[in-house]
Amino acid sequence: MKVRLYALAHGRSGDKGDSVNIGVITRREEWYEFLRENLTADAVASFLQPIAEGPVKRYELPNLGALNYVVEHALGGGGSTSLQLDAQGKTYAQALLRMPIHVPDALGVEIHTHWGDDLPQECLVPE
Amino acid sequence: MIRIAAGSGFWGDWPQAPRLQVESGPIDYLVMDYLAEVTLSLMHRQKARNPTAGYAADFVTDIAALLPTLLDRNIRVIANAGGANPRACAEAVCATAAALGIAGLRVAVVTGDDLLADRGGSVPLESVVKPFYPDGRPFSSIASKLVGAHAYCGVESVVEALHRDAQIIITGRVADPSLFLAPYLHEFQVGPRDWDARALGTVVGHILECGGQASGGNFMGDWESVPHLHRLGFPIAEFESADKAVITKHDSLGGLVSPATIKEQLVYEIGDPTRYVTPDCVSDFTTIELREIGANRVEVSGVRGADPPEKLKVAAYYESGWMISGQLTYTWPEARRKAEAAGRLIEQRSRERVGDRVNNWRVEVIGAGACHGALQPAIPEPEEVTLRVTAFSEDRAALDEVGREFAPLILTGPPGATGFAGGRPKPSPVFAYWPGLIDRNEVEPVVEVFVS
Repeated sequence: MKVRLYALAHGRSGDKGDSVNIGVITRREEWYEFLRENLTADAVASFLQPIAEGPVKRYELPNLGALNYVVEHALGGGGSTSLQLDAQGKTYAQALLRMPIHVPDALGVEIHTHWGDDLPQECLVPE
Repeated sequence: MIRIAAGSGFWGDWPQAPRLQVESGPIDYLVMDYLAEVTLSLMHRQKARNPTAGYAADFVTDIAALLPTLLDRNIRVIANAGGANPRACAEAVCATAAALGIAGLRVAVVTGDDLLADRGGSVPLESVVKPFYPDGRPFSSIASKLVGAHAYCGVESVVEALHRDAQIIITGRVADPSLFLAPYLHEFQVGPRDWDARALGTVVGHILECGGQASGGNFMGDWESVPHLHRLGFPIAEFESADKAVITKHDSLGGLVSPATIKEQLVYEIGDPTRYVTPDCVSDFTTIELREIGANRVEVSGVRGADPPEKLKVAAYYESGWMISGQLTYTWPEARRKAEAAGRLIEQRSRERVGDRVNNWRVEVIGAGACHGALQPAIPEPEEVTLRVTAFSEDRAALDEVGREFAPLILTGPPGATGFAGGRPKPSPVFAYWPGLIDRNEVEPVVEVFVS
């Protein structure tokens, strides 16, 4: 089963100069290990290529079930000098949470149970 | 038990928040953050035009309305609203108090952070301020266009101001978490090298420093479930002892305080989580333990810390040019193609007038990938889009010419342009940010107490 990362996690992005940091937080503690193994810095860098040059560095916060990605050269110069609409990267966590990710069947069942009827349709990705 | 209430996350944050924090339940401290990265550069510009300006004037009026209650309940206020002119801010607060018939109000001013105003002229700044990153350009390269340079000062002078019985404490640039750490250190007599305790207070400061963003605002976890956002309660930190804090909010106000809302704020604007650096200590965010102990009550404990770096961070701002931005909206049919054609027209017509005096252009189509670009699925025909054209130049007059090319599109461009309220776009100054480092002994924080 393929879902968008948003089905598994929420998060928030912030800026520092031309870098953006994206914190990805699992919706359930038991899903952290899966993301830690699969949502590598390389995978994130590759997915974000259309909007961020990188490189990407990843940090782990197992106590919070969170992973922090620091993405360089992401904001068109950043802050007051950037010409882009989202100069401070306020929408970059949402961008990353679009990422399609393969989940094993058992995890797929847990995702459906977690969301009940409320799993956003766009989070299911046709194979 | 002490209660530290967040009142503001940035200059321009929700004006009702401080009043609601004061009126909706018991608090001991109201702490307000007014300074984002570029705010100080705007305040310096104000001060350049008017030497009595350069601080957050709305802090003075917002606080004025609350003064009688603050005094009646001994609620102390800490705010970095002083910006580029902390003394003028404090004088304004005292004058406001006097006008309300309040005498004897003690207002502390914490300065020393302003490297242009507060240092004696003996040693030139270029020799003591180094670039933050090893490959950063030297300070001398921006010195001629410098607008302001501030060292991020730490908690000590705010604690001194509390010790000197100030009711209101106004600072310039102090590290944001330090504003919230100060009451904790003042109340609990924490030793100067108790890094774990300072780290706990710092983590609490990071949770509170963006106001409602920790109590249900900007919450991606489940935003539609957050109750009563129209009466959002900003977060409050309760300390019954020095070893842990409870993050909560007033019951009667809206919002949500949960491990999920706090986690989103914890990961906001951090790099290496094992080293969250402030002038006061280095905190390890991977040691934070969160425990939900009740509805809208989350305990924070277990935080480990270490000693802070020798040097203080410096934020400098310099004039780097001008920017202009304008928008036009187009609908079906062919909304996107019309918007893109309009963007090309504006650029073509501008270039006839300004040639290569405009260094950078950006054309975006809001509603068709302005934020997420190629990450979003290609929408064959968006029904309605907004064109956004932005340009940067060191030549202000060139951008004035660009600004005149937007409105004409309505009558001389693709059909059906609308959304042109607000008049001709005008260039606004760009203050670029330059991060640096300075030795602690080059910066001397000063605490003065004014009395109304």
